Amino acid sequence: MTVRPMVGRDSQFFWDGTAERELRIQTCNACGVLRFPPGPSCPECGAFDRGHVVAAGTGTVFSYVVHRHPPVPGKELPIVLALIDLDEGVRMVGEVTDALSDETGDAEIEIGMRLRVDFNRVDDQLTLPVWRKA
Amino acid sequence: MSVSRSLSGAAAIAGIGATEFSKASGRSELQLSVEAVRHALADCGLTPADVDGLTTFTMDTSSEIAVARELGIPELRFFSRINYGGGAACATVQQAAMAVATGVADVVVCYRGFNERSESRFGQFSLAAATQVNTNGLDNAWTYPMGLGTPAATVAMQARRYMHEYGATSRDFGAVAVADRRHAATNPDAFFFGKPITIEDHQASRMIADPLHLLDCCQESDGAVALVVVSAERARDLAQTPAVIAAAAQGSGADQFVMTSYYRDDIGIPEMGVVGRELWRQSGLTPDDMPMAILYDHFTPYVLMQLEELGFCGRGEAPGFVADGAIEVGGRLPLNTHGGQLGEAYIHGMNGIAEGVRQIRGTSVNPVEAPHVLVTAGTGVPTSGLILSA
Repeated sequence: MTVRPMVGRDSQFFWDGTAERELRIQTCNACGVLRFPPGPSCPECGAFDRGHVVAAGTGTVFSYVVHRHPPVPGKELPIVLALIDLDEGVRMVGEVTDALSDETGDAEIEIGMRLRVDFNRVDDQLTLPVWRKA
Repeated sequence: MSVSRSLSGAAAIAGIGATEFSKASGRSELQLSVEAVRHALADCGLTPADVDGLTTFTMDTSSEIAVARELGIPELRFFSRINYGGGAACATVQQAAMAVATGVADVVVCYRGFNERSESRFGQFSLAAATQVNTNGLDNAWTYPMGLGTPAATVAMQARRYMHEYGATSRDFGAVAVADRRHAATNPDAFFFGKPITIEDHQASRMIADPLHLLDCCQESDGAVALVVVSAERARDLAQTPAVIAAAAQGSGADQFVMTSYYRDDIGIPEMGVVGRELWRQSGLTPDDMPMAILYDHFTPYVLMQLEELGFCGRGEAPGFVADGAIEVGGRLPLNTHGGQLGEAYIHGMNGIAEGVRQIRGTSVNPVEAPHVLVTAGTGVPTSGLILSA
């Protein structure tokens, strides 16, 4: 069972994007600032007028966790989770799906490592962004 | 007519009460809270008929009216709840202090009770947090579906970055666990009474969310704590030495989230800096005036980061600060003399406030000569703090 995101008017565009294998970042149509997580009002200029850009899908590990306990619904542990600084300048949390050694089970990841986004299509309603070593 | 614009010194914690701390209380969460409130009232010589205000956590499952019914409190003139998990702890006292300082209420009891081990375990992955129908639930869409949804993992993300930036090690985090367990070992009310640990025990404990070991994580506990707040003037006529509220503050930082404030340039816990600056401003005191402190310890790394945010040492200097027993009784700043939430029990920070009161009274099992005690609430969340004074 996958944990499904709560989706609202202010975040629908992001999940519509992942369904199309696009990683979308909210942009303010008034001042141009990029923002993640998204929201209805630009913290920089106050504008409600917003759009999005499609990220290049590459980024750098800012921090990471190897989660071993307790259970996570829908996941076989351990999993590697990272904070990823996207090249566009925003930061996201994502699972890094190829960072565990098959032989030792140890995490093969470090801060500063380059990653590339991929998409995990769960079903017709949900596609999750995941990350792999670039 | 002169009007005081300061909360400092206006109110005091007059009574404290608790249930036993266990892993299976065998009774309802409501009953636990009611027992704790009765103990706290008896402690200072008041009765339910004296109570006209109740405060608790938004997360608490026992409503103020349910607690009032069980206690036979005839009328409530003030009731309030604070959000953001353990960040609420000291703010329940702030609410009470503001109410009695302004005359909105005369006797306000702050309570928190739960079966947090035998029923709803906070250490588990919380589907309820991921699916709540409000902006917190929407915020959690950026972490929980990706697999990041336990408190330990959310803190581990911060801890890893802290290690990277400042050269901190797992052993530095372990110093907090060793201090807590040493203090719990001499506290008969602590779950880990008589069970101190060594740094080697800490290092050998299993990995939970690397870099956090099991012994970096607080307990899950069943139990309840209650605190009676009245005006400082009235407190002097009651049964116990008052713990005067010299300062009471809340804090939320820029781009604040609950446990996942990951989108700031510098991650960390600046919300605790907001609390600290306000505590020092209200009280007129400084970190040098604090002979000890109760720092919220659900996970050890945040204790180091709090020492920095509160001004006890500079950014990145906490690993050196906590070394060589400095945060144990006899050291330069003993922390969590009851054993903390790793050693005594995890009652969402409320048991730490009770320990602060015992230190002011001189009744702690690990006494420190302390005219002032700093107490903080949950870390990684919008939070709160207190300075209690003799």
